[in-house]
Parts: sequence; structure tokens; C-alpha cells
Amino acid sequence: MNDADVKTLEIDGHQISARRGQTILEVARENNIDIPTLCHLDGLSEVGACRLCLVEIKGSNKLQPACVTAVFESMSVITDSDRLNRHRRTILELLFAERNHICSVCVANGHCELQTLAQQQGVTHIRFPYRYPELPVDASHERFTADHNRCILCTRCVRVCAEVEGAHVWDVSGRGINSLVITDLNQDWGSSSCTRCGKCVQVCPTGALFDKSKIGSGHPKYPDFLVNLNLMREAR
Amino acid sequence: MPAFTPPPLPSDDKRWKIVNGTMRKNGFARHALIETLHTVQSSFGYLDDDSIRFVAQSLRVPLSQAYGVVTFYHYFSLKPPGRHTLTICAGTACYIKGSDKLIASAEKKLGVAQGQTTRDGNISLMVARCVGACGRAPVALADGELQGQVAGEQIMDQLERWAVE
Amino acid sequence: MNIEELEQIADSVRGANASFDHEVNVCMGTGCLSQHSDRLKDALAKAADASGKKVLVRRTGCMGLCAAGPLVLVDREHVLYQHSRAEYSERIVAGLGGEPVAGLQCNLREHFDEQVHIVLENSGRIDPEKIDDYIARDGYKALLTAITEMKPDDVVRQITESGLRGRGGGGYPTGLKWSTVAKAVGDQKYVICNGDEGDPGAFMDRSVMESDPHRVIEGMAIAGFAVSASKGFVYVRAEYPLAVSRLSTCIRDARRRGLLGSGIGGTTFNFDVEIRLGAGAFVCGEETALIASIEGKRGTPRPRPPYPAVSGLFDKPTLINNVETFANIAPILRKGARWFASIGSERSKGTKVFALTGKINNTGLVEVPMGIKLRHIIEVIGGGVPDGHTLKAVQTGGPSGGCIPADMLDIGVSYDALIGVGSMMGSGGMIVMDDTSCMVNVARFFIEFCMTESCGKCIPCRAGTAQMYTLLTRICDGSATMDDLALLEDLCATVKEGSLCGLGQTAPNPVLSTLKYFRDEYIEHIVHKRCPAGVCSMQVPAEVMA
Repeated sequence: MNDADVKTLEIDGHQISARRGQTILEVARENNIDIPTLCHLDGLSEVGACRLCLVEIKGSNKLQPACVTAVFESMSVITDSDRLNRHRRTILELLFAERNHICSVCVANGHCELQTLAQQQGVTHIRFPYRYPELPVDASHERFTADHNRCILCTRCVRVCAEVEGAHVWDVSGRGINSLVITDLNQDWGSSSCTRCGKCVQVCPTGALFDKSKIGSGHPKYPDFLVNLNLMREAR
Repeated sequence: MPAFTPPPLPSDDKRWKIVNGTMRKNGFARHALIETLHTVQSSFGYLDDDSIRFVAQSLRVPLSQAYGVVTFYHYFSLKPPGRHTLTICAGTACYIKGSDKLIASAEKKLGVAQGQTTRDGNISLMVARCVGACGRAPVALADGELQGQVAGEQIMDQLERWAVE
Repeated sequence: MNIEELEQIADSVRGANASFDHEVNVCMGTGCLSQHSDRLKDALAKAADASGKKVLVRRTGCMGLCAAGPLVLVDREHVLYQHSRAEYSERIVAGLGGEPVAGLQCNLREHFDEQVHIVLENSGRIDPEKIDDYIARDGYKALLTAITEMKPDDVVRQITESGLRGRGGGGYPTGLKWSTVAKAVGDQKYVICNGDEGDPGAFMDRSVMESDPHRVIEGMAIAGFAVSASKGFVYVRAEYPLAVSRLSTCIRDARRRGLLGSGIGGTTFNFDVEIRLGAGAFVCGEETALIASIEGKRGTPRPRPPYPAVSGLFDKPTLINNVETFANIAPILRKGARWFASIGSERSKGTKVFALTGKINNTGLVEVPMGIKLRHIIEVIGGGVPDGHTLKAVQTGGPSGGCIPADMLDIGVSYDALIGVGSMMGSGGMIVMDDTSCMVNVARFFIEFCMTESCGKCIPCRAGTAQMYTLLTRICDGSATMDDLALLEDLCATVKEGSLCGLGQTAPNPVLSTLKYFRDEYIEHIVHKRCPAGVCSMQVPAEVMA
């Protein structure tokens, strides 16, 4: 390995070495430094959209998303500060107030990434007015249900369907606060060209996409298959 | 892999040939999606499921992606326009000169909200995000014809004229 | 086409013009057209024929002073007629060569004399659709000189030394951008002209594209030569049909003359331009979103780096500049970087075109040297606030900018000075507000705009602007508490620092700047349930509160 391919940097005061081209997030996780994420998932392309992984980089006043920012030599990163945590809590609160997240009746209660992050970040109440949008629940699919009330628009379903399954059945319609994930021409999931593979359900971080057979029995998700699947496909 | 065969034209309406022409000019490349949707909208006045499906399949764009594009851009409409369209500009210069009141009075007169068409399909009331004629604010477009420094009465007169046609 | 042939065309046009005794220009920009200046032009031509005088009646682009339209300029005599109508044609023609028609003349000397026209030098002087008119005013000379006598590096150096900064709003040094793209490795590179003028209250780019489209095309071609790109796209709003049709005509004419296409000017340089239509999304002014849109996708921005200069359209190195930036290129090459750098202020060179609108007498387009005092633009060039009202604030930078209070009008207009007072240059919208404008309401207007224009990709912008709108609505209708105000300020910080792209990062500016300078108006609304300007209707009547 060329010398220039190894970078030394500092994350939260720890001296760390990394390979060229690695992102701050990758390096941090390799070194057991936790940075919260929602839209990121190992095995999918990065969109840098949830902004939870924003970190401070010494010498720059601008916050940078750890998931897409490459390391450089002598970089000094702070992943944990009052400023960052305040933004993270606000972002989580914005998500809770955006749609109708009622954990106690959610199929993903106890297995939800949004819920877990809120607990970790100490979000105890929501300061923003709840928007209470009227959103559909699509139960037309024989195996799965899409409950838009619980969707946080992380687009993992869109990406896994397009990038891994190769079907591109999901996408986002509308824009801004009126964005909604859709299948095909905004039609019922059950009548769409869905391949019924279930990957979108496994990668969904909340209870928005769930397996009908799991209702009432707890619904853990297993998104870890992606890394292995990508490896096997590359090897082929 | 079998060669790709584009879908047949949805009907023998000549306008589909114009749509096809836009796609052919762009070599049926995926990036021609928005160009082609513009052609559909200018030919048919709006986009419906059949036309989106035809364009998406011809360009090999996933249906959900095509629908996502159509609904992202506010210029595209999924509903047929009324016989007449009144567009009131709500850009900053027009807003400062009271275009919000013009919009409210037109909504009241027509009994529809902005972006909608009267039930008889006669008049659509649209709001534009600046038509770039700020020097003449407030501005309205009656069937595409720009009118500057419009007053509430002018708008009411126009709507009356359209209503009795 | 080489420089000699260009000169021949120019000479023959100048000769043809000289064969007329009078040149009468009729403004057919969007503003004047909406008052039927096309009929006026026909009437003038007819009157000229009937009079027996040798008069050239010419259709031109925007003359700037939209408030006084339709405008007619008697070119050689510098007589400007305002509010002209077809029925005045005989009188106007009769006055040619003699006394100008009394009562019709526009006497706003200061309005015009205080301006410096570089970008608008041809606007109102040439027929925008006649390529020979443009050539007669030294058009395409800079392009042919560059490709035959200069190296791409020399062109980039000229632009760098001129000190030109991006006119789309951010003010990034244009030369630096060009040199990055020039150095980028790639067999195919692109030049994109950003004509997606989304700022609601700005129409500079529209006017340039409608009044002098060849200037934009020439600037793009020079850029193509400088960065080794062979393909250009002009991305224009679909809401600007006249700009689109004039650009199409001009691109076709430039191809016919061999000024676009392959082997331009007998060299090996190839460059062609295509038009792409926007479809109503303000966020597409952001360069990565604009690129996504040209690729036929949803116009959502992506994180940078990689910057478009390295990986842009179709993942190729791409140069993106705004219309006004490209419009400055040919004059810089023709007259030299030093000339350009001598105009303007220390760190903002050249001129800026502003769309002066709102509560001001002389609404329209003005082009002023950078560094000019804001007060001078408003009071002298703009003619002040009408109807005996008093000026309250000037809004610049559109939804990304801020409101500058009346007592700060003595700042010089430059990128840094405007940022210093919490606003920004933006693309050039300048909206004047008087005592009848409510600053909270204005802030709410801009946030509503940002909310509906947010692409929805990142959470702070998507959900944050929606919550800001809710909180501002509460303040405007009298139902807010001081806690709501604190929450609003907290939220502004997250949207500003947390959003993915410029739209979100600057969305809080209208709120922050009004909070800074007009906090008392917010307090009036919240504590006393009263709108000082009388704009907001309060849900809770003031007497109930007492």
C-alpha cells in the first residue's frame, strides 16, 4: 500500500488511520465511534438526506454529512457536541411531528430505528405542532402493507428496489412536505409490478413497510443481508 | 437479450406522432423524459396515466420514476385544463402589490381553490411563481396573454366574459 | 466565418442603417408587449411610410423602464417616448428631425444617466432576432478572436484577472470555476447556462435572453473554448416562452453563420448549444439539481463534492454559469480584463443588473456599477417611493436573501456588503417595501415559497420549512406565544446549518433578517396582537386581549 493511501486523522480526540477514499462514517464505525444515521444503509448508495450524521470538521464552519465526506490527511472531526446534538434532536422532532408516529400501536415498536435514535438522543417530547396529515395505508399487497403515516422518506425502499433488486418499483412522487413514496404509477402496491421479494420491508427503518404476518408479534427487520448479497453478486 | 421494441402508439391520434418525434430526435435516450413530457403536455394539454406509461415504456424509464418526475415539476398537470385559464402571478413584486387579494377574490368568484378548474370545466384558476414581468406588477395571464397592473375589477370582468361565452 | 467576413457583415449593416435618416426603436420586451407594443411598431412603420421620411423602425428588446412602457427610442437623437400608443405614431414620426413631441417625452434623465450598461449594452438597441444587428455591434468578434488568436489558458486568465464573480447569487469567482473545469480530465465536457430564473421578483435573465440572446450564446461558446467543451445546454424556464423562441431562432442563425457547430471560424473548435426547458421548480437553480433535471430526473440536489466541475452532467466535467455571467464574457475579452476590473468595488467587479420593483416609482431593470450606494439606486435611479409613503426596507436576494432596513441604505452594493447586513446579492431581485408592508408577513411569504419549492429530500428543509411556516402563520394571525418565537429561532439554526443544499441553507434568511431589524413588529404581533402595517388580520381581536 502506498503511503499516500493511508490517512491519519482525529475523530473526537482519537488518533485513527484510514484508507484513502473512506468516508468519515466508515472510519468512525470501524473504530466503534457511533454516529447516528437514518437514510444510510450499508449496501445502498448514499443520498446524504437525513442530516443526522452531520459532523464538525476543524477549520470549517460548515457541518458535513459523515456518510459522504471522504477523510483527508490530518483531518480533525468532532461527532459529538452540543451544537450537533441540538440539531439531531431537532431533526428527530421534525420527523415525529411531520407524520403520525404512534409507537404504542406500531408494528415496529421496539424494533424501530427512529424510536431507538430518539431514545439515544434523549428526545422526551416534541416541541413542534403535530401536522397530522391524512395519509393512506396501502394493504392491497398479498404479503406486505405500506403505512405512509410512519414513513420518514429515507428512500431506502426506493434504492434497494432500484439498485439491488433491479425492479425500480418504488420512487418518490410530489415534492417537499407533500412527498410520498409510490409504486409504479402511484397505484396500489398489490397491483404494481412488485416482484414480492420483500427487500424494501427488510430495509425500512420504521413500521412504514411491514410484513402482514408479523402483526402483533413484534417485527424485527433484517437489513444485513444486503452487504452479503452485493458481495455475492460482484463475485459472480 | 432480445432487442427492445418500443410500445405501439396509444391510438391513431396524430399527436402521438409528435410525441414520438421528440423521443426519436433524442435517440430514445432516458434523459429525454422531461423534454418528451413537455411535448405531451403542449400537445394534449395535460398528462394522464396512459401518456406517462407510453413515454416511460418508450424511453425505458421505470413507471414510478416517470410518475415521480411528473409530480415533482409544478409545470406538469395531471388534469385537463379548463377551456379558459386565468393565471395570477404570486411572485414577490406582485405579492407586495396585493396579488394575494386578487387570488382570493378570483377563488371566491369561481368557487374553486387555486390550481383547480370549475366544475363545468370552463375556467382554471392557476397561480404562477413569477412570470418575470415584475415591472408591471401585479400581473395576470388571461389564456396566456399577459396583463400588467391588473385591478380586481379587471379580473372580475374577464371572468364574467368567459362565464357567458 | 472569419473576422474579415464578420467585419464585412458589420459594415454592410452599418451602411444599411446609415441609409435611413432616422432609427426608431420600439421596445418589445415582455412588459411593453403586454401593452401591445407590437401594434405600436406596425403603426409607426405605417406612419413612416406615409410621411415619406426614411425611417428604420426596429423591434428591440427591453429598454429597462417597464413602468413607463411602451417605450419608443429615437436612437440617434436620444429621444425617449413613454406610454406610447399606436395613435401617437403620426405625431412621433412628424417630430423626427425636429422638435420632439411635447407631453410624450420621458424626462427621467437621472434614471438612465446614473447607469452603466455592459450586460444591457445592446438591450433596446438591436433587434434580438437579427444576428447581423448583433454583429454590427461587435458581436461574435470576441469569440472569433479568442479561438483564432488565443489559447484556452489565456481566455481563462483574462476572465480571472477581470475579477468577474458569478451573477447567479453566490458570487463564486468565475475564472476559478473555469480553470477548475479546464483542468478536469475528461474526453467530453459540458457548458451549461443557468436560465432557470426562479427568484420570484427577478427578471434580469429573462430580459437578457429576450433582448440580446446572441450575447449569451457567444459567452457560452467562449467558455466552451476555454474549458474544452464541445456541447452546451441553456436551461430556460418553460414560463419564459418568448426567451425560448428567441434563443431557438438565434441558435439556428448562429449555426447557419458557422458561429456554432463544427470547425468554427475555420479552426478545429466545435461547439453547439441545445435548449432544455425547466418545468417549474425553483430548486433547479441549484447546480446539481439543474443537472439532474437536464438528465430527465427529479430536480433534487445531491451532496457536493464531487463538484460539477469534476463530475457533472452525465458524470462529465461541467461548467455552470448564470445567464448574466455569460453575458459579461464577450465584453471582457473585447475590452480587456483591466477595463472590467476598473469598474466596481474592491472585491466585486463590473456591474450588476437589478430588477427594481415593489413600492418604487421607476420599476424596471437597471444596471449599475458594483459598489454604488443602495440609497442612490432607490432614490435617484428608482425615483423613490410613490404616493407620499415612506420607505421601510429593501429586499434583495429573493427567498435566500434578507430585508435591509431604510436606515442602512448607505451601504455600497457588493457581494460582501450585502452578506454583511444579513442579506445577499442573489440573482438581482430588489424589492422596495414601504410603511404598508408587514415584515412578518413578508417573511411568511418567503417561507411559504421555500416550503412549496423544497424538493423534500433532506429533513431540515422539507419538514423544517413547513414548521417555520406554521409558526409564522401563528404569529401573523395573533395566536403565537413568545415560546413559539424562541422555537422559530431555534429551528432557523437547524434549517440553516443542517440542510443539504443552498435552498434550505438560506431559507431562514428572510426570517433571520427581519427578526434582526424588525423584531418589534414580531413582538407587536405576539404580545399586543396587532399588525403595525395593518396587513395581517388577527384571529384574536386586540380589544378582547385588553
